[in-house]
Amino acid sequence: MDTRNTKVMNRFDITSRLIAKLKHEEAVIGGIGNTNFDLWAAGHRPQNFYMLGSMGLAFPIALGVALAQPDRRVFALEGDGSLLMQLGTLSTIAALKPKNLIMIVMDNGIYQITGAQPTPAAGVADLVAIALGSGLTNSAWAADEEDFERLVDQAMSVDAPSLIALRIDDKPGVGTTRRDPVQIRERFMHGLGVREPL
Amino acid sequence: MAGAEQHSSMQASGDKSWHGIVLQTLKRNEISLIPYVPDRVLTPLIKNLHADPFFTTFATAREEEAVGIVSGAWMGGRRGAVLMQTSGFATLANTLASLAVPYQIPLIMFVSERGTLGEFNYGQSLVCRTMRPVLDSLALEHHTITRLDELEFIADRSIKQAVTTQAPVALILNPLLTGGKVFDK
Repeated sequence: MDTRNTKVMNRFDITSRLIAKLKHEEAVIGGIGNTNFDLWAAGHRPQNFYMLGSMGLAFPIALGVALAQPDRRVFALEGDGSLLMQLGTLSTIAALKPKNLIMIVMDNGIYQITGAQPTPAAGVADLVAIALGSGLTNSAWAADEEDFERLVDQAMSVDAPSLIALRIDDKPGVGTTRRDPVQIRERFMHGLGVREPL
Repeated sequence: MAGAEQHSSMQASGDKSWHGIVLQTLKRNEISLIPYVPDRVLTPLIKNLHADPFFTTFATAREEEAVGIVSGAWMGGRRGAVLMQTSGFATLANTLASLAVPYQIPLIMFVSERGTLGEFNYGQSLVCRTMRPVLDSLALEHHTITRLDELEFIADRSIKQAVTTQAPVALILNPLLTGGKVFDK
């Protein structure tokens, strides 16, 4: 689908809609910056993991979780700028075909958090076309909020990795994640049932 | 060359080769997820890992990606290790400093050492010099393995230490152990 016909949505609204749909302790990996700030603001869940660096690794981290726990659905939320840093991972995921991985790309065409500079892809590249070309056949632009929710439902019912991209506005995240990496990791492991608290 | 001949005879003896010992040590420590960026010296290890159904072995486009994957897997309860070459390690400083170290992830790295003991590519010899300063600047545990008779002890103990102390470790496979890569064409 061509992005020009898609509605410009809002990251926090979309993230909140996604979280409201999760009823089975699905894991959610929030990419660096605004992406995980809005995940935090949508309400902390023990199955949320917040990245405080390593830009571009939301999909690889989510892939690792998905390979470790094939019976749990794993979502990854990533910005367009972050995805551009690690496009090769789309092919890695297409090759491995994890049945339980759902990738969501929030595309505003800018590095909002650093001063809203346009990305090199802005107005030039189509991230869904890149995903399709990387072998992720179940990739689509969401036309609007209802279409996004429909695509999420569809992604949760198929046995293949899915990628959903959305155009979003230039608003910053509405919250700020508590920057405590050890606690974030430990609580995530509790949330995934890997460990019990002390 | 005596080193190269010794290397060949070790390969011929199956499990007592350096790569046989690495594979068995990984298995004994229940490390089953092996993303890698390939390297000529690592080829027999990669081939045997692919052939063994205990392991999920696959190539990634970048070393950072592989680190992200094993970090996620660890948090999900599955152990992994990353295989790479010296030049690949050089791409990892940001990922080590912003993911593996602060989140206390027992990232296990096997690095095939290029750039020393007969290197023929100037760039490889330069990038090799950045590896230990990066490891030391983050106070990361690392060992350079040169002897076959020390390999199992160092690898096994280092993996166990990484897991129990929740800290990354780099195991550098020196040409004295593996034979390295020499100029042949």
